[in-house]
Amino acid sequence: MTVEVDTHAKFAEYAHPERLVSTDWVAAHLDTPGVVIVESDEDVLLYETGHIPGAVKIDWHTDLNDPVERDYIDGAAFAELLGSKGIARDTTVVIYGDKNNWWAAYALWVFTLFGHDDVRLLDGGRAKWEAEGREYTTDRESAERVDYPVVERDDRGIRAFKEDVLAHFGNPLIDVRSPEEFSGARTTAPAYPEEGALRAGHIPTAQNVPWGKAAADDGTFRSLDELNALYRDGAGLAEGDDVIAYCRIGERSSHTWFVLTHLLGFEGVRNYDGSWTEWGSAVRVPIATGSEPGAVPAAR
Amino acid sequence: MNDTLPEALEEIRTDFTELEVKDRLQLLLEFSNELPELPAQYSEHPDLLERVEECQSPVFIFVDVDAEKTVHLYATAPKEAPTTRGFASILVQGLAGLSVDEVLAVPDDYPSDLGLTAAVSPLRIRGMTAMLGRIKRQVREKVAA
Repeated sequence: MTVEVDTHAKFAEYAHPERLVSTDWVAAHLDTPGVVIVESDEDVLLYETGHIPGAVKIDWHTDLNDPVERDYIDGAAFAELLGSKGIARDTTVVIYGDKNNWWAAYALWVFTLFGHDDVRLLDGGRAKWEAEGREYTTDRESAERVDYPVVERDDRGIRAFKEDVLAHFGNPLIDVRSPEEFSGARTTAPAYPEEGALRAGHIPTAQNVPWGKAAADDGTFRSLDELNALYRDGAGLAEGDDVIAYCRIGERSSHTWFVLTHLLGFEGVRNYDGSWTEWGSAVRVPIATGSEPGAVPAAR
Repeated sequence: MNDTLPEALEEIRTDFTELEVKDRLQLLLEFSNELPELPAQYSEHPDLLERVEECQSPVFIFVDVDAEKTVHLYATAPKEAPTTRGFASILVQGLAGLSVDEVLAVPDDYPSDLGLTAAVSPLRIRGMTAMLGRIKRQVREKVAA
């Protein structure tokens, strides 16, 4: 961490308080050298309607996903992207966005695949900044290009693939989608577009903890006690567990990955970004329906 | 295909495709800001509006066909969803004053011809395609009624 962490009392109880900053902290660090604020939203135009002064924009789809293959960009493209946004390898990056930081957490997870060391979330995201009546600007993005080294992505630690999930049965799985998607009543979140899964339901044994439960009404993360009640008491996670989280395309589960890893301190949590759009269309993988997790499937 | 497009839709298409990809987003934002408020008879009767389920943000449309068989389209979406507002605004402006037959003749893949796919991603363009599909379906229903 090259720039001082936010010593806000609320963050102290989390496993990695250095991963969060408050709106006060951001307001006080808008011009701090070595800090770059990044906005990452679901809506690709929201940044243009007004953003935190000096913030740059990174879009989850057009910037972070490979335009051809279903994968993330490679080391060269990531270096080009970050360099163009004025981000160096040792820059402190603070990401914020709409929808309880849903997409901001996704961007943070992708940054982590490339081993970017100091990347934090603005607790409460856009909604809190806005609710507090803080300053927005519609100035065009103006970052000074810097050099970012080409570092190849390392998927091993925090990313799970379909084969990893098949080999994971017996260990905890967290399905962070809505109860309707979990039970198999539908394949997409209520009011979200159909993204082409052929079958509905969930991966057998997965506990259903909708991602948004980790956020309070004002968009900030819930307290440690509340998060423990949700994931340890509710979903039965215990110290030392090897956890895989998934959703529909891996975005909502990035948010849960952040909570489990940085707020609750679980190690080795992986995000299965293939998620339901892969699993629900794959041939001969086990699927459970209904609101119960279901039993460990027999080996095939 | 494009030479049969109604004038306003053709003009919008040309305006977008003549711009650099990055500037197309700015034009979409202008459209977003131009989406007219709903007339009172619809804003006070949200039950008349149809939600476009395929869009990630809550967007509602209402189609009216008058005695001269002219189509009137109304749409509303929150300011937190500027992309969706922009899509709706393009269709409101592009379809304004067209006849039933002209609206039904608009190619279903018109949204893909705006050159926006790279700027906003194919996934998001699908929302606009769905909006156009629902508009045409409502027109057919209104004519049949």
